[in-house]
Amino acid sequence: MADKPTTKKYAKGERSIPHASQKASKYYPAEDNSLPKKARKSIRPAKVRPSLVPGTVVILLAGRFRGKRVVLLKHLEQGVLLVTGPFKVNGVPLRRVNARYVIATSTKVDVSGVGEDVLKKASESGYFTKDKESKKPGEDAFFKQGEKPQKKETSKDRVEDQKAVDKALLSNIKKEAHLADYLSSTFSLRSSDRPHAMVF
Amino acid sequence: MGDAEISTSQWRYVEVGRVVRFNGGEFNGRLAAIVEIIDHKRVLVDGPSEKAPVPRHSAALAHVSLTPLVISQLPRACGVGVLKKKWEKAEVDSKFEQSTWAKKAAQFQKRRQLNDFERFKVLKLRKQARYEVRKSLAKVRSSA
Repeated sequence: MADKPTTKKYAKGERSIPHASQKASKYYPAEDNSLPKKARKSIRPAKVRPSLVPGTVVILLAGRFRGKRVVLLKHLEQGVLLVTGPFKVNGVPLRRVNARYVIATSTKVDVSGVGEDVLKKASESGYFTKDKESKKPGEDAFFKQGEKPQKKETSKDRVEDQKAVDKALLSNIKKEAHLADYLSSTFSLRSSDRPHAMVF
Repeated sequence: MGDAEISTSQWRYVEVGRVVRFNGGEFNGRLAAIVEIIDHKRVLVDGPSEKAPVPRHSAALAHVSLTPLVISQLPRACGVGVLKKKWEKAEVDSKFEQSTWAKKAAQFQKRRQLNDFERFKVLKLRKQARYEVRKSLAKVRSSA
């Protein structure tokens, strides 16, 4: 009842008067409180090029495997691509790759035989990062500088997933002549090559 | 002193009836015949070919290459109809197509349109062919 406006009636019509608590304050704060700026931008879903269809052979342009020709398996969120060598052909494992750092070729490999469940597992958020050690420089790391780093064991799950993905791919790749050789070769430019004029 | 052997040069001349090939520009790769010489840098050309015609216009000699083909006894500044008849009689198009020049140009054109995988296949097959050639050459050499 307390906050409700009261209505006053006159001879001609009526008027509603807001409650005293609704009134604007007589005073204003002596010091300005800074408000956080409102961001007017929003995260738009990344849109990958139409040439990047699952099954496309793709040339990696950056990172440890730059120059390798690999098979695109799936789109992950925000322009990230799930890619495999296949590992047996060119040593590139199941891997996430930025779509910007990739050349799409017109060559396609049939990926319909690749198991859905493995792809789903690999596209979960923690799959690639869960058994990564943090790389904080500590005292231990300082004293171990001279020693040879221990060889990392690949977890059995990952090895099995890799095999499951590659099995179907390998049989498809073998069907086409020269395709396995093509995937195992690396891409590079000579001085006479003009990539803007080349067809991929 | 020995006798000096003097022979006439085998240069291709800019002459009326000479077939030229455009290198670059609007008519890139097309054939035309010289109809009239305008000055030391320009000629009047006309290409009556069915597939790749070149309209009669003045062209800079810097923008064309002289082919070994010449339409013989072409009158100076002849008309379009006469040239067309002479062109067909001399079989310019089919003769040029058989030349190494035309074949190489077609090959370059084709190679340029290959995609990445096809380029790789060309590389690999060329390697294989070269290997076979070298092998047979080595065989001949060792037996000789």
